[in-house]
Amino acid sequence: MERISRLVGSTLARHLLVAALGMVVVVMALTAVSDFRRFQLAEMACLAIAAGGLTVLTGLNGQLSLGHGALMAVGTYTTALLLPDRDASTPLVLVVLISVCTATLVGALVGVAAARLHGPYLAGATLALAVAVPGLALHFRETLGGEQGIPVVAPPPPGWAEDATYFLTASDLTPRGWIAFLAWSTLILSFLLLANLSHSRVGRRWRAVRDDPVAAELAGIVVGRSRVSAFMVSAAAAGAAGSMLALVVRLAAPGSFTLALSLTLIAAVVLGGLGSLTGALLGAALLTFLPQFVTQIGRDAGLDDVRAAELAPLVYGLVMVLVILLAPGGLFGVIRGALTRRRARRALAARSVEASTSTRPDPDSPPDEQLTDPSGDHRTATTTEGAPR
Amino acid sequence: MQQFINTALGGLTTGMVYAAFALALVLIWRSTRVVNFAQAPMAMVTTFVALAVIDAGFSYWIGFAVALAAGLVLGAIMERGVMRHVQGKGEINAVILTLGLFIVLHAAAAVVFGNDFRSFPAPFGVRGIEVGGRTVALTGFGIFTIIAVLVVMGLLVALFRFTDLGLRMRAAAFNPEVARLLGVRVPRMMTLGWALASLVGSLAGLLIAGGSLIHPSYMDSVVVLGFVAAVLGGLDSPLGAVVGGLLLGVTLAFVSGYLGSQLVALAALLILMIVLMVRPGGIFSTTAARRV
Amino acid sequence: MLAVDSLTVSHGPVTALREVSFSAARGAITAVLGANGAGKTTLLRTVSGLHRAGAGSITLDGRPIDRLPAESMVALGLAHVPEGRGVITELSVEENLRLGGLGRGRVRPGDLDLAYDLFGVLAERRNQLAGTLSGGERQMLVIGRALMARPEILLLDEPSLGLAPRVVAQIFALLRRLVVDQGLSVLLVEQNAISALSVADRGVVLHLGRVVADEEASRLAADDQLRHAYLGF
Repeated sequence: MERISRLVGSTLARHLLVAALGMVVVVMALTAVSDFRRFQLAEMACLAIAAGGLTVLTGLNGQLSLGHGALMAVGTYTTALLLPDRDASTPLVLVVLISVCTATLVGALVGVAAARLHGPYLAGATLALAVAVPGLALHFRETLGGEQGIPVVAPPPPGWAEDATYFLTASDLTPRGWIAFLAWSTLILSFLLLANLSHSRVGRRWRAVRDDPVAAELAGIVVGRSRVSAFMVSAAAAGAAGSMLALVVRLAAPGSFTLALSLTLIAAVVLGGLGSLTGALLGAALLTFLPQFVTQIGRDAGLDDVRAAELAPLVYGLVMVLVILLAPGGLFGVIRGALTRRRARRALAARSVEASTSTRPDPDSPPDEQLTDPSGDHRTATTTEGAPR
Repeated sequence: MQQFINTALGGLTTGMVYAAFALALVLIWRSTRVVNFAQAPMAMVTTFVALAVIDAGFSYWIGFAVALAAGLVLGAIMERGVMRHVQGKGEINAVILTLGLFIVLHAAAAVVFGNDFRSFPAPFGVRGIEVGGRTVALTGFGIFTIIAVLVVMGLLVALFRFTDLGLRMRAAAFNPEVARLLGVRVPRMMTLGWALASLVGSLAGLLIAGGSLIHPSYMDSVVVLGFVAAVLGGLDSPLGAVVGGLLLGVTLAFVSGYLGSQLVALAALLILMIVLMVRPGGIFSTTAARRV
Repeated sequence: MLAVDSLTVSHGPVTALREVSFSAARGAITAVLGANGAGKTTLLRTVSGLHRAGAGSITLDGRPIDRLPAESMVALGLAHVPEGRGVITELSVEENLRLGGLGRGRVRPGDLDLAYDLFGVLAERRNQLAGTLSGGERQMLVIGRALMARPEILLLDEPSLGLAPRVVAQIFALLRRLVVDQGLSVLLVEQNAISALSVADRGVVLHLGRVVADEEASRLAADDQLRHAYLGF
């Protein structure tokens, strides 16, 4: 009995439970919605995977990268090159893995350079990366397809998936549904890995380096190595996101990897709250579904399509500025803070009722601090303060 | 040989613009320790303002002056309204804030001015000048570019070196606390620094736009090149920014001319990485081990 | 007269000064003494407006100044001389001095001679960057810079820190001369109690943020018990 409770209490078990529940919710959601929504959800998953990687890098390790769009491009192009036609012999899992590895490798290269830079220098260097990489696709026209890009042929859903879908929902599995399922599975797997990693020794080192590099160094942490490892993990996530994106949009073209993509990732991470995976997911959802909504409002207000489409970035850019100015914990942090305060207030009220009925002081009553989440995962306030210089 | 000279001349002209843009970044970095990535869309917005003025029937020069004035005001608004509130709250926040402004200005310009390419006039010829029967890659507008940037730099040097205001601004930038003790109104100096920087950035925007097409993202790559130029010169040194800009301009002109124009950004990235690895304090730094 | 009345100052959770009261008379040198961490520098920074007081008041000739920003102090005749590190290293010696004079408006060419007459070495190095000066020269520069604003009250933060005894003696002798000749008032914060008491008129001893003694300098120097307990000599 005690063993079971300890098992449930452990972080790994908790994460696995959340992941399994998440998987169930995803399958149910994907079967319930239209094919177009599946496409949108798949796009959201790609954004969220990359944002998850970025939030670990920026939130937990204090390194700001504006080049994650470029790392996604590495993943996308690798996948595109490995899936030339329907008779491709490489299994899909291997394709994704190779894409992740390639992005990780590039991430390691960038990370080695980045480990020596801080704040604005790192931002500038990664910004240069984001602007430079699409140029490569244009220059090596023969291999990388130039402006038009390379079409990607997504492999059809395997038999077992079709059977399972028919068995569960009595409907056919569409190719889009399959890809969306793949993207969300990748999302859940990568978040599971990222969450465990950030709770492990490695994650604690990342945080130590973020909060005070000098103190971390004195505590025996090799600061440079810790920064490079954070960058590699983050790049791996970006690679996975890029690989999925290739399958979702069925194209690898430089036009998808503009500076705007990297900025969107930053926006997702900031909106959600730096350092929080849940926040990254929330931010990605916001950035996927907000544009449609805002654009419609713009059209109703009489703007032409092109201008209406620009309202969305205007809105999330403004929200991003406001979040940094007013709520550095991000929107997710604001919601969590409000919930925690409400729970604390209720608990306090309950206790005062208790106190009025019994005069005996209760030494076992929990202190207020315990009402807040004891896991150090969401230390957004310190994240923004403790940026390494 | 002729191609070599023409490439070098072309690089010198664009280098002047990079130098101006780098100077704008350096001015803000020196006074507030922020790299203003929003400088690119700020310059873009003021150039669109100039175009609107010119389209309304005024002369190029009125548009030019209005854009510079708009730059001055926009810079002051950005500092007072937004950036001041994250002073001393972690450098990541400041960087993210400039990126948020980047997105906002970009989208706002696209909503207001539209998202398509529009041609921007030039007050002087954009054809090469003929020297002894041969056309040289130096255009009338190119000469104007060089002179305009030199004049602005001269004015800035005069301001910082020879005026009381310039001395106060430098003191506020180098040591805000001591400056306050000496009666310098540091926040006001920072607003002024942003305003001046934004004016110089606007000038760069106008000079790049002259005789070509503008679009809400036409300055995006310039912010990268300006940043590289500024780091090349040491990020703290206005003179370094100018030399860095010229060096970068000429180098990239050769990359573009001999290797392919798509590789310009990649070459800039390589130059940036090499400088940051080998001489993090910039090519003029005497102390090699400066923290980056 | 500069008067501090039940001043309490905190740095976050740490209370640096607790109900500190004393006054610095015009035309005299008042020394605030105490060990490292006694709250001396905090006191000076609060007087010059760099820190906000949690409670209590600071008045200059009866006028409250504790809500005024640091940059307005120069205009009131109060000049804060930070430690020698307070030179602006990126500016030249002359620019540092000119900046001091700007606190009170324009600087005419002859004004700089005021500082150059007091400190000949600064005149020799006028075009050098202040970062190239030695510790003693920097101390002279910050004092000269403060005097450029023709202040009535000089607030000095550890002028002896890191300087050779001979230089310290020179600087303290200069302060005495300025007080006698020009009627300057000095509030001197010092860890070096022997030197400070030798030049001061009055001494205030801070210990862990509280005033433990406030007496004439000569009597303070003679109080063996106090000296041993708080001043370490």
